Amino acid sequence: MSDHIHREESYSFNRHTLEYIQHAAEHGLYDIRGLGAKRKLPTFDDLVFLTASASRYPLEGYREKCVSKTVLGTRFAKKPIELETPVTIAGMSFGSLSASVKEALGRAATEIGTSTTTGDGGMTPEERQSSKTLVYQCLPSRYGFNPDDLRKANAIELVIGQGAKPGGGGMLLGQKVSERVAGMRTLPAGIDQRSACRHPDWTGPDDLTIKINELREITDWQVPIYVKMGATRVREDVKLAVKAGADVVVIDGMQGGTAATQQCFIEHAGIPTLAALPLAVQALEEMDVFGTVQLIISGGIRSGADVAKALALGADAVAIGQAVLMALGCNSSSYCQDGERVDATDDYAKLGTAPGYCHHCHTGRCPVGITTQLPELEARMTPEWGAKRLKNYLQVLTMELTTLARACGKSNVHHLEREDLVALTIEAAAMAKVPLAGTNWIPGQT
Amino acid sequence: MDHVIQLDLGRLTVRELNNYLHHELPNVGHVSNVPGSSGHIGNVPHVEILNPNGMHSIAVGLDAPSEIDIRGHAGYFIAGMNKQAHITVHGNVGWSVAENIMSGTVRVKGCASECAGASGHGGLLVIEGDASSRCGISMKGCDIVVGGSVGHMSAFMAQAGTLVVCGDAGPNLGDSLYEATIYVAGKIHSFGADAQEEPMTAADVARVADLLTKSGITRDPKLFKRVASKRSLYHWHSDAGQEY
Ligand SMILES: Cc1cc2nc3c(=O)[nH]c(=O)nc-3n(C[C@H](O)[C@H](O)[C@H](O)COP(=O)(O)O)c2cc1C
Ligand code: SF4
Repeated sequence: MSDHIHREESYSFNRHTLEYIQHAAEHGLYDIRGLGAKRKLPTFDDLVFLTASASRYPLEGYREKCVSKTVLGTRFAKKPIELETPVTIAGMSFGSLSASVKEALGRAATEIGTSTTTGDGGMTPEERQSSKTLVYQCLPSRYGFNPDDLRKANAIELVIGQGAKPGGGGMLLGQKVSERVAGMRTLPAGIDQRSACRHPDWTGPDDLTIKINELREITDWQVPIYVKMGATRVREDVKLAVKAGADVVVIDGMQGGTAATQQCFIEHAGIPTLAALPLAVQALEEMDVFGTVQLIISGGIRSGADVAKALALGADAVAIGQAVLMALGCNSSSYCQDGERVDATDDYAKLGTAPGYCHHCHTGRCPVGITTQLPELEARMTPEWGAKRLKNYLQVLTMELTTLARACGKSNVHHLEREDLVALTIEAAAMAKVPLAGTNWIPGQT
Repeated sequence: MDHVIQLDLGRLTVRELNNYLHHELPNVGHVSNVPGSSGHIGNVPHVEILNPNGMHSIAVGLDAPSEIDIRGHAGYFIAGMNKQAHITVHGNVGWSVAENIMSGTVRVKGCASECAGASGHGGLLVIEGDASSRCGISMKGCDIVVGGSVGHMSAFMAQAGTLVVCGDAGPNLGDSLYEATIYVAGKIHSFGADAQEEPMTAADVARVADLLTKSGITRDPKLFKRVASKRSLYHWHSDAGQEY
């Protein structure tokens, strides 16, 4: 026996790849999971602010006002959406989330003055009641979609795609299709449910124009219509959405979260949020509707700094999904019960994972009671506790945003501009179209 | 003679028309009994829409008991999301007539283009002529009766409700069907994934007979074949291969 074990790991066939191949060979089915891309991507972290100094003067951090009010849907709707902060809650279905979580989202958003969004599974009475401003999604599946809820909505979001799975449909595995979820979706309980990836009643952009017009006619042109798309051919897609009559365009970058989809989609489809946002802005500028059609960006937004950078690059607002779950305790080692922390590590282990690594929303057995329909797990996250946590988190995002804006000398967060940013890497400079720090070089432009 | 409210799309915009149908019509209490209209008789207002000229989104989002006659050919999304109203189109229609219908009746005297009755949750859609492809796609509980034939991918991912086809059905009928049932009197070109022919029971014959009667279409219900889901795609398993 040799006393030297040779360990040269293959780059192409490393342990991660070996595990993937062995797993595929054993099961014959691709991997499905929740959350977003885990691979390293260029992000807003690769940008920094050039805050004020001698050449620009800042506003007083605590004393001078910095407006964060945000208005969406001013193009055609009689009643645009008015929010106190540009941080909105992304569409997450009842089904993927428990009814308690949906209620917590509504309560927190209402307290902070922002909007929540329904999801693939219709509107629950709990979320309509708890959300002052509720955006109603019109998805390819049309589960539970009906004119009564449509008329109750403050805005309509026509979903063409999601960043986690552009080109793919929704998915909800049988263990989450409870009687209530099945009833709302008109499906048998317990089936592994695959939603459509294309809308049933229109296909191309010309039809989309007519579809949007129909939704406007049904709602008497009162509420804004958003069009949400996963980030792929962003410039072209945004132009088509604008031409079709969208009031607001929502672009979801590749690192955007999901409750369940194929792993190959999550990691290999779409472009990063950082690259998508400037393309969307460019499209709006080229159509001469920048400022008329509002832009919401999502996918991997975590902090007030991310929000500030998104606004500086031209977004009117952001939407957050995964970070909402994390504020409620996703991937935390414990949950809160009657004021006490209860350890959940064993329940993570039963799923074959551990706190900090979990992406098992698809299983419906969320150890901290967020992405579940099982009553005993749902009880781990009460609406009161969740609402408080999420309110705190949204408050921090808004405070960080206004702090950075003031330091850049802006009395309104929407005055942040591209000129306030530089990039730390060549990739980020090229994607965000801002200069590499210390240079005036924008790759591909200067 | 009963009073019929005439609304002329030669003079009004679709917006003005729908605004009237949403907000003023529910307050109108006229009695309608007009022979030659859709045949519904009751204490409901009766509206005639003239010169539809292929316009889109006519009479969408209605939510009031009413009789609506659209006199001529109309465009896309006619009678979309209908509740309670009984709407008759005296002509052909474009894509997605009665999409997401909830209740009431929508009747097309001519032919319908693609996606007729898409995602319909309830009520009855009758197409006296042919319907094009994807008729009844994603349907969720409505009933659709087609006097003629339907095109490819009809009842794709249909979840609940009934599609009755008196003529033939095109390729891939009932692909990825859930719990909706399809009845076809003529030839079936091919079945989509997970759809299969099943024996007609007495209950099926009665169901078809009832829908034919409601639709005013004369056809022997015993001639129909029943198509439903094999339910083999309801749960993930590796042997189903590419069907996912
Ligand atoms: C649990 C979960 C459920 C989701 N459900 C939906 C949905 O029903 N419809 C939809 O358009 N997007 C859905 N999404 C995507 C979000 O709307 C949003 O695009 C995404 O979460 C944004 O990226 P982020 O998670 O990195 O913030 C879901 C995301 C998560 C995490
Ligand atoms: S902790 Fe719950 S919400 Fe978070 S990834 Fe795991 S299953 Fe999903």
